[in-house]
Parts: sequence; structure tokens; C-alpha cells
Amino acid sequence: MSFKVIQPGLSTSIQDLGRPGYFHLGIPIGGAMDRFALRVANMLVGNPEGAAGLEVVFMGPQLVFEQDALIAVTGADLPAKIDGVTQEGWAAFEIKAGQTLSFDFLKSGARAYIAISGGIDTPPALESRSTYPIGALGGIEGRNVQAGDVIPVGETDMIEPGLSVPENLRRMPGRPAELRVLPGLYWHRLTAAAQEGFFRDDWTVALEADRMGYRFKGGKPLEFVEREQPFGAGADPSNIVDGCYSYGSIQVPGGLEPIVLHRDAVSGGGYFTLGAIISADMDLIGQLQPHTPVKFRKVDMAEALKARAARKKMLAAVRAHLG
Amino acid sequence: MKTRYTYGGDEHIYVEVDDEMSLDAFFKSLSMSNAVRNANIKGVTEICPANASFQVRYDPDVIAPEEMMKKVQELEDKAEDAEKRLKTRIIEIPVYYQDPWTHETLMRFRERHQDPSGTDLDYAARINGFDTAEAFIEAHHSQPWFVSMVGFVAGLPFLYQLVEREKQLQVPKYLRPRTDTPKLTVGYGGCFSCVYSVRGAGGYQMFGVTPMPIFDPDQKQSYLSDFMVFFKPGDIVKWKPIDRAEYDRILAEVEADTYVPRIAEVDFDLEAFNADMPGTNAKLMEALNVV
Repeated sequence: MSFKVIQPGLSTSIQDLGRPGYFHLGIPIGGAMDRFALRVANMLVGNPEGAAGLEVVFMGPQLVFEQDALIAVTGADLPAKIDGVTQEGWAAFEIKAGQTLSFDFLKSGARAYIAISGGIDTPPALESRSTYPIGALGGIEGRNVQAGDVIPVGETDMIEPGLSVPENLRRMPGRPAELRVLPGLYWHRLTAAAQEGFFRDDWTVALEADRMGYRFKGGKPLEFVEREQPFGAGADPSNIVDGCYSYGSIQVPGGLEPIVLHRDAVSGGGYFTLGAIISADMDLIGQLQPHTPVKFRKVDMAEALKARAARKKMLAAVRAHLG
Repeated sequence: MKTRYTYGGDEHIYVEVDDEMSLDAFFKSLSMSNAVRNANIKGVTEICPANASFQVRYDPDVIAPEEMMKKVQELEDKAEDAEKRLKTRIIEIPVYYQDPWTHETLMRFRERHQDPSGTDLDYAARINGFDTAEAFIEAHHSQPWFVSMVGFVAGLPFLYQLVEREKQLQVPKYLRPRTDTPKLTVGYGGCFSCVYSVRGAGGYQMFGVTPMPIFDPDQKQSYLSDFMVFFKPGDIVKWKPIDRAEYDRILAEVEADTYVPRIAEVDFDLEAFNADMPGTNAKLMEALNVV
């Protein structure tokens, strides 16, 4: 079983839940930016939650199926159509052999996830099918999906179509989007005024926003506590001796524009980081379009863990709902 | 050296052994990260050693953050007593300095550089007190280097030169990072040299290029048959300056999958090195002569 790519969309890639274990060599975990959406899409079509699907950015692909399959599209509101007939989002629908899956314009969010019964069955690289183009790993020959690609899908017994997830069990960012931050790492490098200003200022998502990281602009430049720069760090006050970066960590080169590292993060570098987005809010970042207003909210570890538990509970509720 | 412990969100613990670079800080970071690995703490998913720091990623659903923090802190004393000795290897890496490809790239991004009128090497030579780029190149390759971190992108090594602090070359990063760097560029930022394993963005000054691939997901080169990433922390590197003709010759071997780098097994003892740097380095480099 396979499907053929007629139009690839803007930046469509094969993603699963990533390849942990190689970050110490500069190979990031990768995988779906919005993991909740990918898990739910897979559940809707009867796949294991970590099966590989398509991550679609802003603009949908056009795909022709060679065999019957069950499809679900979650995440961004990007209406799917079968031979021109619009389908519900966050629901499983059937596609027949020879039919075309295409998409309307994006209504909200940034990334949609397409799950196909059986799951995409391209060869894994380092135990994952996730596409990491910088290292030419996963996906199809280490790259994003292109027109003409024939993408293999695993064999499976199709479940009945018709499952759907109610709106209260979907998760999308608000407006302004609120991203919760646990201060830490090199937080002490900022002056008290800058620490306060970062959380008080209004930010928007900049154009440089991709799987590696999201850049934000609009807030006031951050001031640093004065010091003589340590040996090996570099002269700029935002420089440190190159260290590891956490997923979700927020670096601010030159104190100017914060960058949040995401699933395809660089594993280290020479910029100070002021803390990290809590794990519960990482999925939300994948749904932010450029120009979206954003507020960063300061939390402590107890709140971060509470939010993490709430996310787990929501996923469990979806599992229970879908039986 | 004062160790600083902090959280990176709810899934990471970050340990800065020292805020400045030294081999002592590197060895302590490495010992501590090894101690965390050997402790087999349930819930730990990744351990990443860096130049003078390291990071532990863990699952807070398996182990509470404060518990994880306590376990890492308890291992500091043990690491302090660890021997600062490594069984490692020295590798000769051919470098074509002042090559046409990094030159074309650095000219394209000149407005992002501290000195738009010169080249990266001219600038680095001048601010480090050398009369010519050639004299700076000599200082760059005459003494060996120590791989103190692997990361940034796929298999990129950060290297620290095995010389006294007064002799360390220091160069700032570009004012604004480039959006392009040729594959296998030998770069420089702060006190670190690096080899860009893949083409892409970068902020380090560009000095030259090596024909020897150091990352290949297809693992075509014999020296990458075990794993797609060549370098690991603790490796020692000797740059070997080459000209265009030798670059082309090596590249032909690389393309035929027949290139074999010169590698020798060596021991590195930090105390012996600190006591006699030129002597230790001479011995390290001699090991390459018998390969």
C-alpha cells in the first residue's frame, strides 16, 4: 500500500515521536512539533500513537491513494477534502483507491497532522522515521516530501471510520498565545529590570519560525548584569562558553530577539539561555503562525509539573473517549 | 571552579562546572557525566557532556526533579577524585587554509563581520597580534587540539588547543550569524575551533576546509562504518596544512571511499600535560609518525 504525492505543500515532512538518544552528538530528538495532535490523529485511525504521519505546515499537500485507507487530520484547522468534498477535522474518514486527498486554505494554527491507517512505512534511521534534513536522516532520503514521491504505508486491518474528538479535547493556543517559562539556566545573567521586562512585554512570532526554533520580536532589548567575560566565552555579554541547550530553552543573542529551540534544536552553542518553555507548552509553539501575539508567563517547578500532569490527563481522556 | 546546578525547564538538569574554559573544567564535566551514566538512574533519557558543563535529560514522570537534582549533586565528589587520564586517539585532519569556497562565502556575508574590508583570517591574525595570516595559520596547526564537545549540529566537534592560556587564540563570532557555511569548513569562535559537519548556518570565523567527511548517514567511508559520527569528546586532533593539489587528491580518495585518515592510539594525562605542555604535545604528535 502507498500513496503518491501530486503537490507537496509548503514544507511537508514525515514525522513520528522522534529519535531520543543522540543529542550528545548533535542529532536532535525531532519528531512532530505538536505531539498531542500526532498522537490523536494516529488513535483516530487505529494506529499506535507513535506511528509516522505527515506534518503539514501552512499549506496542505495533494495526495492520491492507491488503496482504501482511513485518514485523520488534526492540529491546525486545515480542512481536508476527498475529491473536492470537505471532511471533518479531528475525525476519521475513509478514502477509496484512486481518490485524491487535498486541502483548503489554513483557517487557524500552523501545523496539521495527517495519519493514515497502517502508518507511513519508510525506512527508519536511528530507530525513527522522523525527517531531519540538516543531517539527511529519516523521511525520504533524509528530506521533506516532494512531488512524485510514492510513500509506503504499513499493512493493517482497517477499523471502522467515524471516530472523532470533541472540541473540549482538542488543544490550540489562545490569543495572545501564552507560553509558560521556568526561569533557570543562565537567568542570573539578566538584570532585575530585564527579568521583569521579558515577562511584561508583548512579543510576536517572527518570520524565522521553524522546526529548529521559533524567534520572537517586539519586546525591549534585555540588559545584562555587568561582568568581565569568562575566558573562552566571547566578548558579547550574551556569550557563554559553548554549552548544551535544553529543548524549549530560550536564547537571546545580543539580548535582542528571543529564540525558543524546538524539536530539531541545535544541541549546544555559545549563547546564554534564560530558562525554558515548560514541557506542557511545547506542542502549542508548533501551532503559532508568524505575527501571532505571545505573552511569556513565569512559572515555578510545581506549576510546570501540574501543567504536565494536566496534559497527560487530557491525552488519557482522549484515549478513554476513543475507547 | 564553582559548580552551578540549575534546571532547564521541567525535563533537564544543567550543570556548569565552571563559567570559563579549561581542561580541568572539561575533565570534571566528563567525569561527572560519566558518573551519572554509570549510576543508571531510572528516568534519565539523555546525558550530554559539553566543554565545561553537561546536561541530563530525564522524565519527570519517572523521577521528581528535586530527586534527580540531588542524585546528580551527590556524584560531584566522586567525579572530583576521578583520574584525569584518557585512553584516546590522535587524528591528523588535512586542512586547506584560505580555500576558494570559504572565501566566496565570507565575501558574501561581509556586512555581518567585524571587519568588512578584510578576510576572516586577516582579522583573526591582526587581533591576535600576528603580522600575517600565514603566521596565524602556523599557530593554528603547529600544536594539537582536544575535542571538548560534540554537538550544535550532527557530529560537529568543538576543539580546544593544547597550549598555555596566554597562547590561546581568541576570535569573536560574526556580529550576526551567516545563513550559509560550506560543508567541512574549519571555523573559529571564542577559544574554540570547529569543523562544520554539514552545510548550514554558522557564526564562527572561517579559516579553511577539510576534504575529510566527519558525518555521513550513509556511512560510506571505512572510518565511519561503526557509526555515522566520527568525533567523540577526548579525541585529539592535529591539523595538517595542505595545498589545492593535495586537497583534490584526498577528495578523489574520499569519493572512491578509499580515504584512510592517519590515526594513532595515545594516552592523555592532564597532570603530565600541565607539567610539560611542549613535551606532552611532541609525544602525542610523534605517535602519528609511526602510522
